[in-house]
Amino acid sequence: MRSRWSYVYFAFYLLLGVVLLFLNNDLSKAVITLMNVIIVLVPLIGTIFGVMYYYNSKEFTELLLAQPLKRSSIFLGQYLGVALSLSMSLILGLGLPFVFYGLFESSAIWDFSLLLITGTFLTLIFTALAFNIALSNENKIKGFGYAILLWLFLAIIYDGLFLMTLVMFDDYPLDKLSLIGTMLNPIDLSRTLILLKLDISALLGYTGAVFKQFFGTNFGLIVSFIMLTIWIILPVLRILFKAKKKDF
Amino acid sequence: MVIIEDLHKRFGKNQVLSGLDLTISEGGVFAVLGPNGSGKTTLIKSVLGMVIPDKGTITVLGENIKKKSDYRHKIDYLPQIANFPSNLKVKELIKMIKDLRAFTNAEDQLIELFRLEPFLDKKLGNLSGGTKQKVNLVLTFMFDSPLIILDEPTSGLDPISLIRLKDLIQKEKAKGKTILITSHIMSFVEEVSDEIVFLLEGKIYFKGTISELKNKTNQPDFEHAIASILIDNHA
Repeated sequence: MRSRWSYVYFAFYLLLGVVLLFLNNDLSKAVITLMNVIIVLVPLIGTIFGVMYYYNSKEFTELLLAQPLKRSSIFLGQYLGVALSLSMSLILGLGLPFVFYGLFESSAIWDFSLLLITGTFLTLIFTALAFNIALSNENKIKGFGYAILLWLFLAIIYDGLFLMTLVMFDDYPLDKLSLIGTMLNPIDLSRTLILLKLDISALLGYTGAVFKQFFGTNFGLIVSFIMLTIWIILPVLRILFKAKKKDF
Repeated sequence: MVIIEDLHKRFGKNQVLSGLDLTISEGGVFAVLGPNGSGKTTLIKSVLGMVIPDKGTITVLGENIKKKSDYRHKIDYLPQIANFPSNLKVKELIKMIKDLRAFTNAEDQLIELFRLEPFLDKKLGNLSGGTKQKVNLVLTFMFDSPLIILDEPTSGLDPISLIRLKDLIQKEKAKGKTILITSHIMSFVEEVSDEIVFLLEGKIYFKGTISELKNKTNQPDFEHAIASILIDNHA
């Protein structure tokens, strides 16, 4: 099941890449459009595939548990299996059309690589989160519900709340707060990272300048990637911890 | 072979095992019996490390199994409900399990014994319940481990396969292996087992041979002896 769907996913990205290039007729513009799609879609696919794979392979997991295998290797293997195959679909699906379009001679190559790297990070993060949810919920429907809610929260609701706080505390200096707020949400973090790399931060006004000052530097870039890595490590650790204690 | 001391396990509000002590010596067929929900499967899964006990220790072949996985090399386990990944072929599944455990050639013989050749290239999702159970049996018996655990081995089997299964159990027993069985088919238990363990409300109610049980309950046959325990205890 997993392999068939990752082909579909791959084909989808391939199509998306080709269509965007065809419509925009310009690499940098296509990258921007792509960012908007990736930032929302990659987490959603990671979440849904993660939950779906866990519930679907439950019987298989039980078969493996009776074999002389460590629990940590069983679950880590399953997680990496899903997350890496999704990442591969993303990288190959988007990469191929861009490469054929002449990515390597273009200045957009760094922006595009950053896009793929953050996309991979987001896949790893959200698949791990999905596994966490599935491990904690025996009930499939509940698990799916929570997973979708999590995605909705981080992709949409978080931004809304964030914006509302900013409006409410308009009179205070908010650049530090908004910086931290951005850091705590992997989707926001990825979006900001790419936007600033694309040099359209002038659109963001004063806060944009603060952001540019932070994320634009190597230090900001490193801190951001460390944050994204933490977003992977913590859920993965919880997968291992939960898996050790679970009854099957 | 297997020593279980003071085993406790609860699922939510449901106390399944409460202070169970059991020692299974080496060699012979042991049947674990008990009414539905008495904790048979939980006991077996605890030995396999699939259920983590709340309290108590389990020792398999002289090794405390807590947080270990290697000891499962010495156990062959037949799960109660054979749910295999439905997109795999029978052949692929057998090969995969072999890759995970150890090299073995015994599967050809078992496949022949259960007449599974025509199904080798079929997907597991398309097999009938009984055929799946046969595949399950092949996967269990193809490794030569000293401890064999069978959870409801008879379910879904046709009479001829049942006879073959009984022969297989006797053959393994003759090699000096320890075999742990749960079953609700009393005639099957009576035929194959040397000793029985009766679970009731998470504890061992009786452990001994079938004739000892008949004496204890004053019943002439095994089935009624079991029934009388259940009636006496309102189970």
